[in-house]
Amino acid sequence: MAELGKKDEATGAPTVGSGSAAEADRTAAHTAAAGEADETAEVVAAIEAPVERGEPILQVRNLVKHFPLTQGILFKRQIGAVKAVDGISFDLHQGETLGIVGESGCGKSTVAKLLMTLERATAGEVFYKGQDITRLSGRALKAVRRNIQMVFQDPYTSLNPRMTVGDIIGEPFEIHPEVAPKGDRRRRVRELLDVVGLNPEYINRYPHQFSGGQRQRIGIARGLALNPEVIICDEPVSALDVSVQAQVINLMEKLQDEFNLSYIFIAHDLSIVRHISDRVGVMYLGKMAEIGTDEQIYDHPTHPYTQALLSAVPVPDPSMREGRERILLTGDVPSPANPPSGCRFRTRCWKAQDKCAEEVPLLAVPERFQGSDGPAAHESACHFAEEKDVVHA
Amino acid sequence: MSDVSQATIPAPATPADGGKSAGLAGTGDGGPVGKPRSLWSDAWYDLRRNPLFVISAVLILVLLVMAVFPQWFTSASPRTGDLANHFLQQPQYGHFFSPEWLGYDAQGRSIYARLVYGARASVTVGVAVTLMVTLAGGLIGMLAGYFGGWIDSILSRILDVFAGLPFLLGSMVVLNVFDVRTVWIVALALAFLGWTQIARVTRGSVITTKQADYVQAAKALGAGTGRILLRHVLPNAVAPVIVVATIALGGYIAAEASLSFLGIGISPPTVSWGMDVSDGKDQLRNAPFVLITPAVMVSVTVLAFIMLGDAVRNALDPKLR
Repeated sequence: MAELGKKDEATGAPTVGSGSAAEADRTAAHTAAAGEADETAEVVAAIEAPVERGEPILQVRNLVKHFPLTQGILFKRQIGAVKAVDGISFDLHQGETLGIVGESGCGKSTVAKLLMTLERATAGEVFYKGQDITRLSGRALKAVRRNIQMVFQDPYTSLNPRMTVGDIIGEPFEIHPEVAPKGDRRRRVRELLDVVGLNPEYINRYPHQFSGGQRQRIGIARGLALNPEVIICDEPVSALDVSVQAQVINLMEKLQDEFNLSYIFIAHDLSIVRHISDRVGVMYLGKMAEIGTDEQIYDHPTHPYTQALLSAVPVPDPSMREGRERILLTGDVPSPANPPSGCRFRTRCWKAQDKCAEEVPLLAVPERFQGSDGPAAHESACHFAEEKDVVHA
Repeated sequence: MSDVSQATIPAPATPADGGKSAGLAGTGDGGPVGKPRSLWSDAWYDLRRNPLFVISAVLILVLLVMAVFPQWFTSASPRTGDLANHFLQQPQYGHFFSPEWLGYDAQGRSIYARLVYGARASVTVGVAVTLMVTLAGGLIGMLAGYFGGWIDSILSRILDVFAGLPFLLGSMVVLNVFDVRTVWIVALALAFLGWTQIARVTRGSVITTKQADYVQAAKALGAGTGRILLRHVLPNAVAPVIVVATIALGGYIAAEASLSFLGIGISPPTVSWGMDVSDGKDQLRNAPFVLITPAVMVSVTVLAFIMLGDAVRNALDPKLR
């Protein structure tokens, strides 16, 4: 149970620029014997407060999501749990893009749902501007939802087929009427269509009359409607073909500059993640294996799983391809209902030793790199972390 | 990127709004955009071209008019018989729509007039049962499917109990309680046992729909349960329910006829095809037309509704396109 120790260490730190001020306000309100309503108002005020560029806007601390496995029809009893996300911590800074990569079933999409509070976390916290959003409800939760929005993976299922584009993009305004007055909404929808590069005249069309790329633009417009600060993109281009992927990615980068957005960009395409991300986190079986800037992860990976992933990236130059070592992993990803002890990756790792089965490696800068300032000195959850240049070798 | 946004989307032009669709192709010039085409209008476009739908719709329309205004179809009364002149008189197939057209029954009543007046009982029972079943079963199925958990457990077990009761036998037991059975009592008895089918279909359909990304997206926007159910889940889950309800409507008409035939359905003097079939069985050897004509009427009506349901399913199910 090395995780417990990590939890204490991790939750100790989440302080945000506006957080300390809000904290002080709160104690004042408590002495004034204020009710819950005041507290909610404060949380909402903290959520609405601006954050400086580069400050952490979203802080995830030891986030856990276990889906219970039950047996029985009338009387359900729990016989286990799928550990989809099992203790993840990272920060998202204002204005940056954090890429999250990993193979299918490693918990990427569950992280997205947890950050959107579409699923309730089993344990752990998500701090948005210093406020833990995993326990919010009612008005405060609605305020969070205004500020954190999502772009979905499949543009064919993320738009209601029975609603026109105008109704789809206009729905955020109906749910949050304070954002746009009633008479202004049609105009705002047209503006949004224009912003994402669609003809504003398409406002009365239905989703099935659009192509995949156009639909994804509609999904992005819906996400932008409330002027959010964070957009969580759950594989936003995986369902699109390659030429359209580039258009959508470029649009997202343009919008980031224009509206000062912070992105969490979940994908399994390593090259797209490198293109758009400032920092990258690599997930394996519900845990973060390695996290760092794109240069640190792509050019100086220290976790064997990252190295294996990168060695599978196709290299367009045949002469470079010759000398390159490909790391072929054996076996399948273990079941998240019954993950291996110690390091999650040890069952497929060529470096695995006894220590890996006994001790869970912490996500921290490995000891051997701690003194150095080099690009290899970034957080990596491996007992035997070492550099291995797999892309250029 | 502007090339993508200007790209035209091919939409099959309909004769009705062909001009407007042609206008759609050139939206680049900023002209007014034509009437939008929803999935429902696409389905309607498909339906109008389906001969199965046209035939069944015309049949059902005639039947509905017959049920509301039977006097438009015949001047004869279905209840006054003339044993002296008309006892089991053979049909005069040449005399279309005259009282003697389809012959007379054992009490000297015009079979044609009874066919016309019998439509009201059948159509009322069919439509009323379908409405009640769709409202009750739909609501129960939707709540069970959307909320899941213990609500689903309780509602589903109740559903299992009702589904376990045999439909026809169960209605007979219920109807046996009443001495005089009006159309409405029969309809209630059928609905009491018939709602399970619709509830099951709705539950399944709602469970599929609620997992869709657009429902998640609405939740992520902060939409409340009411909005999600009415704007997102219901419109997308209702298609299979409509199909099953249309097909079941024919089944309810057949069930009413069966109950009336067994003498436990609608009581006289209400005219019902099932009762006429029952009356005719005694003269099957010497006057088969007394039984066959109302029996054919029941079959045609049931067939029309099943055909309609089939056509609607083909039009609404995107997988078949």
